[in-house]
Amino acid sequence: MDLRTLTSLSGVSGNEYEVRSAIIKELESMGISYECDVLGNVIARKGNQGPKVLVDAHMDEVGLIITYIEKDGFLRFRPVGGIDPRVLVSKRVLVGKEKIPGVIGAKAIHLQERDERTRVIPTDRLFIDIGAESREQAEKKVQPGDYVVFDTEYEELSPGIVKAKALDDRVGCALLLEILKQDWQNIQLYAVFAVQEEVGLRGARVAAFAVEPDMGIALEGTVCADIPGTDKEFQATRLGKGAALSIMDRGSIPDRAMLNQLVKIAEDEGIPYQFREATSGGNDAGVIQQAKAGCPVASVSVPCRYIHTPCSVMSMSDFEAARKLIIKFLESVEGGFRP
Amino acid sequence: MKDLIKRLTETFGPSGSEGPIREVIRKEVEPYVDEIRVDALGNFICFKKGSGGGKKVILDAHMDEIGAIVTHIDENGFLRFANIGGVSPVISLGQRVYFENGTFGVIGCEKLDDIKDLKLEKLYIDIGAASREEASKKVKVGDMAAFFQPAIDLGNRMVAKAMDDRIGCVVVIEVLKRLKQTAHDIYAVFASQEEVGLRGARVAAYGINPDVGIAFDVTGTGDTPKSHTMDVSLGKGAAIKVKDSSLICHPGLRDYLVKLAEENGIPYQMEVLERGGTDSGAIQLTRAGIPAGVISIPSRYIHSPCEMVDLGDVEACVKLCVAACESPLDF
Repeated sequence: MDLRTLTSLSGVSGNEYEVRSAIIKELESMGISYECDVLGNVIARKGNQGPKVLVDAHMDEVGLIITYIEKDGFLRFRPVGGIDPRVLVSKRVLVGKEKIPGVIGAKAIHLQERDERTRVIPTDRLFIDIGAESREQAEKKVQPGDYVVFDTEYEELSPGIVKAKALDDRVGCALLLEILKQDWQNIQLYAVFAVQEEVGLRGARVAAFAVEPDMGIALEGTVCADIPGTDKEFQATRLGKGAALSIMDRGSIPDRAMLNQLVKIAEDEGIPYQFREATSGGNDAGVIQQAKAGCPVASVSVPCRYIHTPCSVMSMSDFEAARKLIIKFLESVEGGFRP
Repeated sequence: MKDLIKRLTETFGPSGSEGPIREVIRKEVEPYVDEIRVDALGNFICFKKGSGGGKKVILDAHMDEIGAIVTHIDENGFLRFANIGGVSPVISLGQRVYFENGTFGVIGCEKLDDIKDLKLEKLYIDIGAASREEASKKVKVGDMAAFFQPAIDLGNRMVAKAMDDRIGCVVVIEVLKRLKQTAHDIYAVFASQEEVGLRGARVAAYGINPDVGIAFDVTGTGDTPKSHTMDVSLGKGAAIKVKDSSLICHPGLRDYLVKLAEENGIPYQMEVLERGGTDSGAIQLTRAGIPAGVISIPSRYIHSPCEMVDLGDVEACVKLCVAACESPLDF
């Protein structure tokens, strides 16, 4: 399944139905066996011998949830996952199962007081306008608890550079599907399409407990700030410079033997790679490492500018580098990794 | 014991890079235990079989220390870094650090208009390289560094980097050496990655599935000039923890340790730590829950390269632990 299709699906944390259904359909057409667990994770299986390797990508994306409908038909909401309130004003969104179009509104510049212009509007002061004139009219289409996604079209900005919502982490899902295309003889592959990463790594936690893997790998779309005004030492990753390997983040310290192996393979095979030069943020590797008696983990990511906003930007060359690197790495796995 | 403290504190081992310290501990304990193993997260787990009829007991001390991780090497060979665990920019400024491969560096700072702007992002490590190429021969992004400071013997007190928690390791090693007869199956866990979130102890405890867990770690004191209020002092004995921000110690185990200290004439003090956590916080929440407690070694200047402990307190912690292991632990 291509990135255009994957990123066009709605899947705010806790509401991953669309993404899950599409992935299941894809797995069935590929003839791959899978299970769904109680939290909604999809766990696909390939290979029957060798170490148990859990490769994870999360299906969910950041978004909004409706909390209240005002008398005059405007919708109040709260963020689901980490969203900078500065990116919300004047964005187009789709509300609920029926994907009702709406816009996030705010007072026009003409009507703002001087100090209003310099302050960020907090999310609890923002609202969604779906064109309803009253609560009654709005309630016919929307109810509190409905999820909201950004209304962003997948586009190629220039050859190989794409813009979309939800690249974090549909790019990981796309990589995981690529891995599943291959037959695996040397490992028992547990491909986990996880739910609820953005609200606290919740899906991967229970999936890893059930799988009890010998090693874990998280595939991610990760921060990239190679943009004007950011000094080199704070850019974290750079677009087009290859697959990003985590050195440490708030959730885990990658196993050094796994990390060294990833670096060695990238260098031997001439696959572009870079280190993720930041320790902030966290991903599913954190809870996979801590499941039961623990396992070594690593994270391989595709750099994505502007993640956790309505439109992020990534390079297909980085996707290709990550794809090659992770497949070559999995092919190289013989035993487990031990510190 | 002073030699052991010096050897352990002067060994390299930031969270996730515990290889060197693990080897030093291995040499110390191998003659005194029945089995050893290293688990997936690098925990070093030593098993000492009991005479039977006892419990499965974890004695935990973490072997990792705080440190720095290289995040970027600039064109002039300077290293930018992030903290591993709780590292203060104020304390870091001007310090010497070293890497596992023996590379040394010093921590410098960008020009600041106001000292209040001092943050870790303003600091860098200078390893004396003139270019990125030269620096990259010695260090790469992701490599970890520890503070460099030799241990100092002040008589009845000692100062060192990484006293948090090599002094806990010293206590557990001493207990393994002195313990002659116990009914309990003892699992000495020299844990990894405590400073980044009790990660080693969490998986070690799951794997062992113990009946009781006791952690040995440093705690703060309130006995220095105009310090914050805390009723723990250097030199007043083993600190029996009541609570910290990671756990409320099992009251039965806590009172049992107090009773043992009273009966054996071991100096002790009660500890309430307002901020900070210990491995017992993770051990307590293992599976369906484990009674867990902590015997703390009072320490001044925690998370600095100059952590100070009192050897009388260390001795009291060893004695209290030996007494606990020799008792029925029937709280």
